[in-house]
Amino acid sequence: MSARRSLLKVVAGLGLTLPLSRLAVTRALAQPDSKAARPQPGDKLIRAVAGAPGSALTPATVPAGGPPVIAYPMDATTGAVRDGSRLNQVLLVHLEPRDLAEETRARAAAGIVAYSAVCTHTGCDQWDWDARAKTIKCPCHFSTFDVKDAARVLDGPAPRRLPALPLNVSGGVLVVAGGFVGRPGFQQGGA
Amino acid sequence: MTSLRSILVTCTLVTLVALSPAVLPAQSPTSYSAVTEGRLLNPEPHNWLMYRGNYAGWGYSPLEQITPQNVAKLTPVWTLSTGVNEGHQAPPIVNNGVMFVTTPQAQVLALNARTGDILWRYKRELPEDLLQLHPTNRGVGLWDNKVYVGTVDAHLVALDAATGKVVWDKVVDDWKKGYYITLAPLVVKGKVMVGTSGGELGVRAFIAAFDAGTGQELWRTHTVPGPGEPGHDTWSGDAWKTGGVSVWITGHYDPALNLTFWGTGNAAPWPGDMHPGDNLYSSSVIALDVETGKIRGHHQYHWNDSWDWDEVSTPILLDVQRGGRTIKGLVHPGRNGYLWLLERRADGIGFVDAKPFVKQEVFTAIDPKTGRPSYDPEHKPTGGKTVTFCPGLWGGKDWPPAAYNPKTGLVYIPANDNHCSTLVGQTQSYEPGKLYLGIDRPKTTLSLRAGATSIGELQAWNMNSGQKSWTHQFRWQYWGPVLTTGGGLVFSGGTNDRKFRAFDATTGKVLWEFTTNSGVTGVPSSFALDGKQYIAVQSGWGVDAQRMQARIDTHLGTKTDVPQGGVIWVFALGN
Repeated sequence: MSARRSLLKVVAGLGLTLPLSRLAVTRALAQPDSKAARPQPGDKLIRAVAGAPGSALTPATVPAGGPPVIAYPMDATTGAVRDGSRLNQVLLVHLEPRDLAEETRARAAAGIVAYSAVCTHTGCDQWDWDARAKTIKCPCHFSTFDVKDAARVLDGPAPRRLPALPLNVSGGVLVVAGGFVGRPGFQQGGA
Repeated sequence: MTSLRSILVTCTLVTLVALSPAVLPAQSPTSYSAVTEGRLLNPEPHNWLMYRGNYAGWGYSPLEQITPQNVAKLTPVWTLSTGVNEGHQAPPIVNNGVMFVTTPQAQVLALNARTGDILWRYKRELPEDLLQLHPTNRGVGLWDNKVYVGTVDAHLVALDAATGKVVWDKVVDDWKKGYYITLAPLVVKGKVMVGTSGGELGVRAFIAAFDAGTGQELWRTHTVPGPGEPGHDTWSGDAWKTGGVSVWITGHYDPALNLTFWGTGNAAPWPGDMHPGDNLYSSSVIALDVETGKIRGHHQYHWNDSWDWDEVSTPILLDVQRGGRTIKGLVHPGRNGYLWLLERRADGIGFVDAKPFVKQEVFTAIDPKTGRPSYDPEHKPTGGKTVTFCPGLWGGKDWPPAAYNPKTGLVYIPANDNHCSTLVGQTQSYEPGKLYLGIDRPKTTLSLRAGATSIGELQAWNMNSGQKSWTHQFRWQYWGPVLTTGGGLVFSGGTNDRKFRAFDATTGKVLWEFTTNSGVTGVPSSFALDGKQYIAVQSGWGVDAQRMQARIDTHLGTKTDVPQGGVIWVFALGN
């Protein structure tokens, strides 16, 4: 807040008109906010690897038949990687389109499906891949999800499916086509 | 609040009538029974003021109204839904009619212990992107007019005991690096002590003390020594920086030595070849000076842990007769499957004796002088190799606390036998806040010993003779913390059939059982009001009881549905 206040003071001091100052503030604040903001339509995807940003993922960089790739969205305009929240991690799996449920196939691009990579049970974000069943299991408490069918819960304590993320292919790279279908992360309980 | 005011008004009225009948009572929160050093050193039999009821960690209530003869009449008095799923492990802590219970997500409930009416509720808003590997909380600590809770996002919070308002809230460490707190704070002489978890995420854990009044941090002692500290040379390279050694469970306190004792977790990651050396103070008990936090003594149960055998529980402090003398004992049923008898002294911790209480295939010998075990390398997980060991990674006894009854002279151990684990070590790079296990996770399996007809066992041991007195076997795994009472009973849940049971403390016979809402992994406690004894416990299955169930189901091809959702149960004798 203090940075924002300083900025507002500077803007006011420059005597800018209100619409212009509002625009300036919006642009100045876009950078930090955009890193924590959830995936946005048009975002590209890059591997979530510490210290190695890499380039935008293409369908060919997600191995066919698995295992999954964990990625972060990247603002296509600014290049800002949205790694400001664990909840922005995206799990990508490359499957045969014919093996996908209809709803899932509609959200997939080139057979690649995308989901929130954060378990809806208690927020774990690593996954064990079952290549035969084409399912993912959370190693923390063993919830299992069917990535072929909207990541519905097959087993374990997770209360709900992983939110899906619609994809497109544009310019040869994977692009986010819409926001998460559902809220990523765990649900805090309590009456 | 209305109910709390009623209690406070009643308490105040009673006091004022006795002392000064002319003065009108004020609805002052100061009429809450302040918790003092004297009260914690000698808790009143009708109260349960800390995690295990006393500083020695006995899990013993002197109350004797409920007995083997009448326990069949035990019946629920009230229940309360906590509104939360996952592992409900905290004891109901009771101070003169006010009960404090914590739930997963570090919720604290203050209740009228007689009626179950809610006096106040502290609901912590957790970070939305928090990771909860162990979604549980093991209870509050009490001091003066405050209630202390450690949180799963690694804060220590002081609440006003009368109102539930936050008095202070201190960051203990950064949850984004994998630190969290599961234990109930230990409060000694105005110092609130907590230990940190996160060994599976590669933290470097520690125990820290905070001023009970202000929240100021007074000292911090890492369980993995840094450069220049004694024990640092038991680590190689930079492994100490991510060495784990969590502190999962509340310490115990010996006022004569002014030492607190703490059990410590395994070294990270799991396979020992990924952190060569003995790795002090992993899988140990350490003695910390209350004033300075300095480590005054230690005993490492097993060196270079490779089995995920955290020695989570703190040993029970009790006198043991051996060889014609009284030993100031530390008794620890280990996750490594051995029952350890150590001696606490001003100059450190001495080894006395150790023997297996479940079938253990890893140790080939125990040095009779030092207690240092030798290992069968075929059963020690290492990188690139498939290794099976028994007992499996949940060990002979995990976190559920054992209990000691001074009347029967028996130590009651919630054990698991006949289970084995298979691990495949796999080198992995460390990333802050990520799982750091060093294994090929999908290849991890649990197996059961061929022909075994039971897994769980409630065992009673006489530490003077070193002999087992009785055993009650359960078909499946057993995750039941143990309470024992002056009335000659042992209470425990922990099975997947949702039962809460009473056993004859002398014979082990099941005398009463009750089917609750969920699996009972809560620590039971006992208290009294107006001359009536109550037994209290939380039922709410989750965390490792659930994980082990999932592994067993995978092994057997079965599917066992143990419902979740927390409920506090309070029982008393019916008519």
